[in-house]
Amino acid sequence: MELWFSEFHTPDVKHSIRVNQHLYSKQSSYQRIDIFETPEFGRVLALDGNVMLTERDEFVYDEMITHVPMAVHTGIKDILVIGAGDGGVVRELTRYDRVERIDLVEMDPLVLEACRAYLPSNACRLDDSRVHIYFENALKFIRRREAAYDLIVVDSTDPFGPSEGLFTLEFYGNCYNALRPEGIMVNQQGSPFYAEDAHAMQRSHKRIASTFPISRVYQAHIPTYAAGYWLFGFASKKYHPIDDFDPEAWKKLNLHTRYYTTKLHVGAFWLPAFLEEMLLEVEP
Amino acid sequence: MADKQDKLDQNRAPIYEALEAFRKKRVVPFDVPGHKRGRGNPELTAFLGQQCVGVDVNSMKPLDNLCHPVSVIGQAEELAADAFGAAHAFLMVGGTTSAVQSMVLTVCKRGDEIILPRNVHKSVINALVLCGAVPVYVNPEVDRRLGISLGMRREQVARAIAQHPNAVAVLVNNPTYYGICSDLRAVVKMAHAAGMRCLVDEAHGTHFYFGGGLPASAMEAGADMASVSMHKSGGSLTQSSFLLTGPDIHSGYVRQIINLTQTTSASYLLMSSLDISRRNLALRGRQVFHQVADMAEYARQEVNAVGGYYAFGRELVNGDSIFDFDTTKLSIHTLEIGLAGIEVYDILRDEYDIQIEFGDIGNILAYLSIGDRPQEVERLVSALAEIRRRYQTDGAGLLSQEYIDPEVVTTPQQAFYAEKVSLPLEQSRGRVCSEFVMCYPPGIPILAPGERITAEILEHIAYAKAKGCSMTGPEDPRLERINVLM
Repeated sequence: MELWFSEFHTPDVKHSIRVNQHLYSKQSSYQRIDIFETPEFGRVLALDGNVMLTERDEFVYDEMITHVPMAVHTGIKDILVIGAGDGGVVRELTRYDRVERIDLVEMDPLVLEACRAYLPSNACRLDDSRVHIYFENALKFIRRREAAYDLIVVDSTDPFGPSEGLFTLEFYGNCYNALRPEGIMVNQQGSPFYAEDAHAMQRSHKRIASTFPISRVYQAHIPTYAAGYWLFGFASKKYHPIDDFDPEAWKKLNLHTRYYTTKLHVGAFWLPAFLEEMLLEVEP
Repeated sequence: MADKQDKLDQNRAPIYEALEAFRKKRVVPFDVPGHKRGRGNPELTAFLGQQCVGVDVNSMKPLDNLCHPVSVIGQAEELAADAFGAAHAFLMVGGTTSAVQSMVLTVCKRGDEIILPRNVHKSVINALVLCGAVPVYVNPEVDRRLGISLGMRREQVARAIAQHPNAVAVLVNNPTYYGICSDLRAVVKMAHAAGMRCLVDEAHGTHFYFGGGLPASAMEAGADMASVSMHKSGGSLTQSSFLLTGPDIHSGYVRQIINLTQTTSASYLLMSSLDISRRNLALRGRQVFHQVADMAEYARQEVNAVGGYYAFGRELVNGDSIFDFDTTKLSIHTLEIGLAGIEVYDILRDEYDIQIEFGDIGNILAYLSIGDRPQEVERLVSALAEIRRRYQTDGAGLLSQEYIDPEVVTTPQQAFYAEKVSLPLEQSRGRVCSEFVMCYPPGIPILAPGERITAEILEHIAYAKAKGCSMTGPEDPRLERINVLM
């Protein structure tokens, strides 16, 4: 028997993964949630048919979206995580002893429920005593916060679904307002490769760059995402991601990582020419 | 008006059903429209879709004719009348403007007086230009803080009726754009007691017919005619609308009046959208508008929690000039954050990609309807919070909106057709205007034909222009010159 899960990366490009077993499928109030067991990528979480993570390559995403800001701003204690109901981001952040509080705002309780049941290697630290979970609309949650966080991690789905509000100028402005004067916002910024993705990436970069004094983009290779090529946004009120980065301080923490290294930290901000051009085009 | 003893089956949608049947027959078109189901205009078909252009067809026996409905359109009108509690309903394809004008033309002839509030939509005064009726204005009360015109007070209507006993009708705006309602039942009673008709411009009140806890609808209040913008809160396509009539209005005469100005090639896209939307509202409207009202209430709380803004609601109700409030409307006063409504309106669109219905001198209106979702409401509220943080001023130099009592010198028709001369705006003070001047939206005239141009009005126009309102009405699109009577 041949059972395949396919995701359209564009109307003309399809990425398929062979499936052993369909473990979970539910329609929540916001989206369809599926978890598959696959031979190549282990368990795969898909929302509305889009791959969110696989057990095989989630470490790339979860390490890069957390260790980069944590290594730059060594005073991060209070963190807001938006989305990320699978728990991977929280798992990485709880590795830092200095972190005092992590507020996790996820709109869809069913995502957490499914991941707790089927993706324990991601959801394993959701019960850490420093983690506070809010099932709320992120825009509503953050409107009421002012100078409350040192780091905001925006782990959204793509900008065309229920997460659309997390790619807007009003949201980035609310984040700015919720961060302390040394605060950093890191977001998943999509892919620059296919035209529709690239356009959305430019739009959100434009909005972030017009909100924060420092706005840089860095990259990573994630096989199951569109084009296998993914970007993150580093937006900051004070710290520059390279100039204010002290590799030795991070190394002293003795955290073992599989993708992130202090050398890659710097290298990830060096972008290909076409991408530099796309970003420059929309910067103020 | 077929036999109304039996409740009609609101699951039916006769025009839609006839179009579906027609499509399946694959009839060869040797009639208009010439695009022939889109084949002759592939770019248009690619843009609008085959499904859409395939039902852009002409009147014919199986599809009836809006000029003289005898089958499916007639049945659709009966179903609409049944759903809205009217004696008759007319499908309108020229917007609610054509419904409003048909109401006025049905009851008024040249020289007849009609009692109406001055803050009517321009379509009402346009109808007076067409038929030569004489307006008797009831000046609306104004909320000083918000700078918005309110409903008609009972006492004002009674006085106008007493002073103009020969008037033929009273026309009411209900609700206003901002959601303010008059005491419609009382106005209808007073009008009928004096032998006058009561007409209601209900462009913003389609949902009143389907809501629990919403203000009284015109038909429920006993009005003789009502114009209902199905395309506003009801979900049909832009430009489609209903004209409703009560039991004492001769529907055959109304049809003749409509046919004076209505197209003989009515669009089946518009008519089927009315049919399908009516069915949807009849079956699910109550639940849907409950959700809309809840969403608007939530948005009001959240906007008021931001601070500075005032999203107003039922607390304004005073039993007379604000007899009731349409809780689905999200009207927000912005002057306290030091920005004119029109400025907030522009920033929302230009900076935040959020288009709201309109902004005027002191307020904005976000239109919530059948298609809204909570996540977009969150975006709007967050954007307003950001606008306050980023653009707030001390409010120096901001004017509040004042209602200006017009000085009516001659009738709209006489002024419109009279000999006139074009003057630079600043030299027009004291002259009688022969054209309209208004901000659009909301389309309520600052000046109507036949009214005196005063210093106060010129100041208001200059301010609205400076703040970025779109000014429409005059022949000169830049509104640097204005036509006045010789």
